[in-house]
Amino acid sequence: MFDFLSDYDDPSLLGAFWVTVQLTVFSAIGSLIWGTLLAAMRVSPVPLMRGFGTAYVNIVRNIPLTVIIVFTSLGLADIFGVTMGAPDDFKLKYFRLAVLGLVAYTAAFVCEAIRSGINTVPVGQAEAARAIGLSFSQVLRLVVLPQAFRSVIGPLANVLIALTKNTTVAATIGVAEAALLMKEMIENEAQTLLIGAVFAFGFVVLTLPTGLFLGWLSKRLAVKR
Amino acid sequence: MKLRKVSAAAATALVLALTATACGGDDGGDSNGSGSGGGDKIKIGIKYDQPGLGLKEPDGSFSGFDVDVATYVAKELGYEPNQIEWVETKSADRENALSRGDVKMIAATYSITDERKQKVDFAGPYLLAHQDLLVKKDSDITKATDLNDKKLCSVTGSTSAQNVKNDFAPKAQLSERGGYSECLSALQSGAVDALTTDDSILAGYAAQDQYKGQFKLAGLKLSNENYGIGVKKGDSATLDKINKALEKMVSDGSWDKAVKENFGPANYKNEPAPKIGQIVQ
Repeated sequence: MFDFLSDYDDPSLLGAFWVTVQLTVFSAIGSLIWGTLLAAMRVSPVPLMRGFGTAYVNIVRNIPLTVIIVFTSLGLADIFGVTMGAPDDFKLKYFRLAVLGLVAYTAAFVCEAIRSGINTVPVGQAEAARAIGLSFSQVLRLVVLPQAFRSVIGPLANVLIALTKNTTVAATIGVAEAALLMKEMIENEAQTLLIGAVFAFGFVVLTLPTGLFLGWLSKRLAVKR
Repeated sequence: MKLRKVSAAAATALVLALTATACGGDDGGDSNGSGSGGGDKIKIGIKYDQPGLGLKEPDGSFSGFDVDVATYVAKELGYEPNQIEWVETKSADRENALSRGDVKMIAATYSITDERKQKVDFAGPYLLAHQDLLVKKDSDITKATDLNDKKLCSVTGSTSAQNVKNDFAPKAQLSERGGYSECLSALQSGAVDALTTDDSILAGYAAQDQYKGQFKLAGLKLSNENYGIGVKKGDSATLDKINKALEKMVSDGSWDKAVKENFGPANYKNEPAPKIGQIVQ
């Protein structure tokens, strides 16, 4: 019943899920960095940065991810000639474009999660930090963000799980991850339900432990107030 | 007190909404039932997005070779064109649509393969297509071995894309995209060198008004695709009737006419009409 699964080697079943994991990890790191910067902008004292952060979040999180990912391929790559350092290697080029799109999209959600964490830190702490002469970036780095991060591990886990599943959109620009292999199998095997179940199971295997681990971590690290 | 009023109103609204949806569901079920039971309409599955084969025009009409074949077959089965209800069957839905009985038959670039034959029965084949390349007018690609250092484009997960990766040109750069139109824009801008899939589909695209004269078929016969009409497994009465209709379509010349009309302007040399049951491997 499952013997067709081993007929595929470009990508193989494990290879395809490995690409999914790579997409998730690179996009998670990228969007954590970019999202933190955006959150910092949104709480900064400079009106221009606040405006940019607000505009970015409100525009990007309201565009469907498919549109963003397809734009990286049809817009950035085809029209503007962005090659992401790999003009002659389509696999690498489209992988990097997909990561770029996922980072741009997910960062908006990471930013909002972190901003909500910043709001949990009592204002008095930031005021006290200002009073002893710390600069804005020092207040953020030394006092506010460490506490903010600890309180938003739960929401960030949600974003990470959503990101894991969102990587399937990369199949629309031909990144050889799980959803692309699923399309190939459905095309060949005429076993839609079974194939769908296999891939759904694969994603549960990826996301369930992530969710459990981060849930445990968020309890352990929660700021006791 | 105020809160209670609001929640009562909300509950009423919710109940109304639920009954409304329930009614909607019932209606849908009823019309489906009479549609297939009464026999005054026939549902045929086609593709909506493939120029030259099965295309839904902006005005809601349908055109293409698959559509012409299905219309002819339906006529032989006793249904006038206005009794046909076209249903979109994407590649992944085709087997399920037949086994559930959503459609009576499917003519949607449906290649006859052994895996699919386990799930559905095929009438025909009614067209022998080959995987080919669509290239710019001035391209120098003439044989399959030219492909290995080229940039190709095809649709994500399609048989054609898999053939490139596994057989013809494992070293070629393959960009897999959501649809053929996305590949065409890349081909136009020079981001890829060739678009590859069945020649019948390519001919349909090249014959579209906005692309006329820009592209040509390379004429490589990279694979054999035997298009058949899918029917529900075990429905041998319909199968026989469809096969007879297809034979008649070839013998009275309607088949040739349909090929010329749909694939004409793209340097497409079609194969002669295949015999029923003759599958070219």
